[in-house]
Amino acid sequence: MRVSRMLVPVFALLLMALAPASAMAQSNEVPRGPTFLDRALQVLVDGIQFGSIIAITAVGLSLVFGTTHLINFAHGELVTIGAVVAFFLNVAASGPGWHLIPAALVAIAAGALLGGLIERGIWRPLRKRGTGMINLFIITIGFSLLLRHVVLVFYGTRPQSYREYDIQQAIDLGPVGITPRDLTIVVLSVLVLLGVAFMLQKTRIGTAIRAVSANRDLAEASGIDVNRVVLVVWVLGGGLAALGGVFFGLTEIITWDMGFRLLLLMFAGIILGGLGSAYGAMVGSFVIGIVAQVSTLWFPIDLQNAWALLALIVVLLIRPQGILGQRERVG
Amino acid sequence: MDWEVILSDAVRSGIGPVAAAYALAAIGLNIHFGYTGLLNFGQVAFMLVGAYGVAVSVSTFGLSLWVGVLIGLACSVVLALLLGLPTLRLRAEYLAISTIAAGEILRLFYRSSWAEPVTGGVFGLQQFADEFYDINPVPRDRYGFWLIKYSSQDLWALLIAWGLVLLITVLVALLVHSPWGRVLRSIREDEDAARSLGKSVYSYKMQSLVLGGAIGSVGGMILAIDTQSVNPDSYDPVVTFFLYTLLVLGGAGRVLGPIVGAILFWMILTFFDSALRQAIGAGVIPQDVISAPEVGAVRLALVGLGLMLLMIFRPQGILGSRREMMLDVR
Repeated sequence: MRVSRMLVPVFALLLMALAPASAMAQSNEVPRGPTFLDRALQVLVDGIQFGSIIAITAVGLSLVFGTTHLINFAHGELVTIGAVVAFFLNVAASGPGWHLIPAALVAIAAGALLGGLIERGIWRPLRKRGTGMINLFIITIGFSLLLRHVVLVFYGTRPQSYREYDIQQAIDLGPVGITPRDLTIVVLSVLVLLGVAFMLQKTRIGTAIRAVSANRDLAEASGIDVNRVVLVVWVLGGGLAALGGVFFGLTEIITWDMGFRLLLLMFAGIILGGLGSAYGAMVGSFVIGIVAQVSTLWFPIDLQNAWALLALIVVLLIRPQGILGQRERVG
Repeated sequence: MDWEVILSDAVRSGIGPVAAAYALAAIGLNIHFGYTGLLNFGQVAFMLVGAYGVAVSVSTFGLSLWVGVLIGLACSVVLALLLGLPTLRLRAEYLAISTIAAGEILRLFYRSSWAEPVTGGVFGLQQFADEFYDINPVPRDRYGFWLIKYSSQDLWALLIAWGLVLLITVLVALLVHSPWGRVLRSIREDEDAARSLGKSVYSYKMQSLVLGGAIGSVGGMILAIDTQSVNPDSYDPVVTFFLYTLLVLGGAGRVLGPIVGAILFWMILTFFDSALRQAIGAGVIPQDVISAPEVGAVRLALVGLGLMLLMIFRPQGILGSRREMMLDVR
């Protein structure tokens, strides 16, 4: 085990060593701009920002998996719906034209409500019927297709942005720059993640969630109302996904399939961190975000998600249980 | 609304080359999911390497089309080995997510500016299947029945596509009823039991992944040769979801399931498409409820709804038996 743990830093070092070589190859055509180190720091900051958005959305997905063992393919659509609800309240001609902050708060509430409704309306009855895990998994794929294209009908294919905080001047912090908007997003995300961690560690319901994740039957036998815990997880996950959606829409752009594009990165994050562990999901998501952005130092930007997903497969090869996951005998 | 046009559209699509290509890919997926219980969500990746194996060999490297077919098959085998090596020993969820990730990785790489000299990037490659149409023995004429008409080229492609579907179906039928196929099904039912009987589960799963993947790549080749073009964005994850939908519709774990599923799936899909367009054109459905460009989205939403309802109420599909489709992750 120790050997494979060493492999990750070695791999990282290898990449760093390769860097100057390819940077040199590029410098022939590219005019002298910021140094490699400056660019590296900048993409690192971008990566942390991207990772914080993935983490916010992935925590809910990971908690749902932890408590019910459902691989929820429709989680990305909760992200999209959060962003689109805020868009309608904020920008749309038929909407009330609110400021983004109240619009985002309503979007989070809508996401939480939707999460709860989905759990009560679809997954709880199906669990009661004893539908198999793989069948449920395929049902979430159908649900994702349905939701995504319903959003497409209402929202349209045109990418759009929110009215506020659209274009900002970056704050110059030595070699790196970050816009006040992105800085706020990172700070808020980290605060929310810390809040989730505090809730999981210190509150009654948080303890119950961890208990159900660890062993559902034992939790039920010791008097925990598992259905209520799962409902709370869905409400929480839906709200966080909607918040992540607003953040994602702010930093990039709002599209009808933004959540689906983010979904694979969320999965990569939670598998990287260890399936079912909320903290693993957070760590893994940051790794994915950073890998995606750092890869742009050497490779074209249209491949950044491909490298992030490749990181997932590399980690599966070296450490199948993920960074924070527990070893268990499989296969 | 012209019902004759709608119905003939549906039939043309149901027996068309795209349905045949999907049937082939679904036969491969049926070996993975239906017989072995492997959750492969990256079947589209096999179609992609098959299609590009042909297209790149001919367009970029100037090889013969038939060499391209072999290269496509070889690529699919390599992909299956690469995918299977890390994930087949893990729980089912890992395979599902890494296969869908692999599909996206490949699509992103094939469409990137980096790979453009070889794969044509976002523009894809065109006109590489002339060799296939040069050996067309069907005399020049118009063929067909009712409102459905084919040129001799279309008919040739159609004959080969469905001929391959039949050939591979027979092979798969023989395979799954052999002792080898029984081991696959026992792995689906209870992996530990199969292992305790001394079967190397890992090796059987790998064989299943390779075989199904190679069949999937043939589906991709048919798709590419029929249209004489490949484009990375036509190989997105939704294709795999379509394959699951039609496989479940026809009946997973049944030899004829993928064929019945593919024909019905494309008939139903095109029926809705054509009917909605006609209804909008005739003003039966007002423009402001659904406009013509939104028909595609409505159609996909219906696929999603259909997949949900099928999985909830009839997971065994049309041909399957319920007992066989009580799959569960260990």
